[in-house]
Amino acid sequence: MNSELESRLAGRPASGDNGAWARLRESLLERAEAEALIDLVYERHDSPFGTLLVVAGDEGIVRIGLHTEDEEGVLEDLARRISPRIGRGNRQPITATRSQLDLYFAGDLRHFDVPLDWRLTRGFRREVLRETAAIPYGSTASYAQLAERAGSPRAVRAAGSALATNPLPIIVPCHRVLRSDGSVGSYAGGSPMKEALLKLEREKGAD
Amino acid sequence: MNEKRQRTDGPPPFEVALEEHGPRVHSWLTARVGPDRADDVFQETMIAALSAWDRARVESVRAWLFTIAQNKAIDEQRRDSRRPQPEAEMDAWPAAEVTDLLGDPVWDEVRALPEKQRVAVTLRFRGDLTHREIGSVMEISEPAARRNVFEGLKTLRERISDE
Repeated sequence: MNSELESRLAGRPASGDNGAWARLRESLLERAEAEALIDLVYERHDSPFGTLLVVAGDEGIVRIGLHTEDEEGVLEDLARRISPRIGRGNRQPITATRSQLDLYFAGDLRHFDVPLDWRLTRGFRREVLRETAAIPYGSTASYAQLAERAGSPRAVRAAGSALATNPLPIIVPCHRVLRSDGSVGSYAGGSPMKEALLKLEREKGAD
Repeated sequence: MNEKRQRTDGPPPFEVALEEHGPRVHSWLTARVGPDRADDVFQETMIAALSAWDRARVESVRAWLFTIAQNKAIDEQRRDSRRPQPEAEMDAWPAAEVTDLLGDPVWDEVRALPEKQRVAVTLRFRGDLTHREIGSVMEISEPAARRNVFEGLKTLRERISDE
């Protein structure tokens, strides 16, 4: 029969994370890395809020994708802005970042200690994010304060957009930045996530 | 002349293309070079693709990967000195033992098809390519690709029902 013949010819291709296919992909990635054909490596990470993406380049973690972001969209953006030679694998510093994320969400980690690659942000935005990285655990700052710390007290809106485009959320704690009136403000991962992280840090106590 | 610049998208993320097309490329290679050599040829294919990834384009990456796979399969066959074979037999595939490994006598019949039909039929069903993509891989027109698939399938159907 027609359709039967066609399905006999088609066979059953490997898919998803099945063992043989996963091993094949893993050895392919190892060889590609050995031949310096891969520029970025990423892995998915299950968090209490949903699946995150942890992406690393040669120098360190370059991007954290939040559960609210589309995986393919994040990868396509990285392909355009850095390199399309992106492979999936669990490598340092991704593994360290993933275990630190788990500890952080559990309230057992206050400072991330992983190498960061800042190349997705530059100029004033980078200054704002560097200042954001310096906000201690359990503390908060306002957009206006950050603009000032980054050297342009009147660039409050620009500070806001720097935070909105933070390539390294959670690790660079843009959730610790609030509106000047004290309201939580927006967050790429959604306000509930921002509120939950602030609550967690409040409960564990400020540095 | 009003020359419209066509906006071409850059290469897709390698991993996205690998996940989307890799399983089919691999599956086609199991028929093309046999299950025991498919992994190696698949790796050669993807490494070659990655080395030239700047040339990959979202809309044609699948046909491009199969073109590379086809070339790597031919390389592999030429290198294979374990079973010296006459020149005319070079393109005869799948090898008889592949049929056994795949565990389906339909592959004996595929082996008996004329070369073009064999490539077209396997690219269509095992590779899941469109007729247009098959044409691009085989460097023939889309109607010619369609005809080769049709004729090959017809022959297979007749022979299978004769069994």
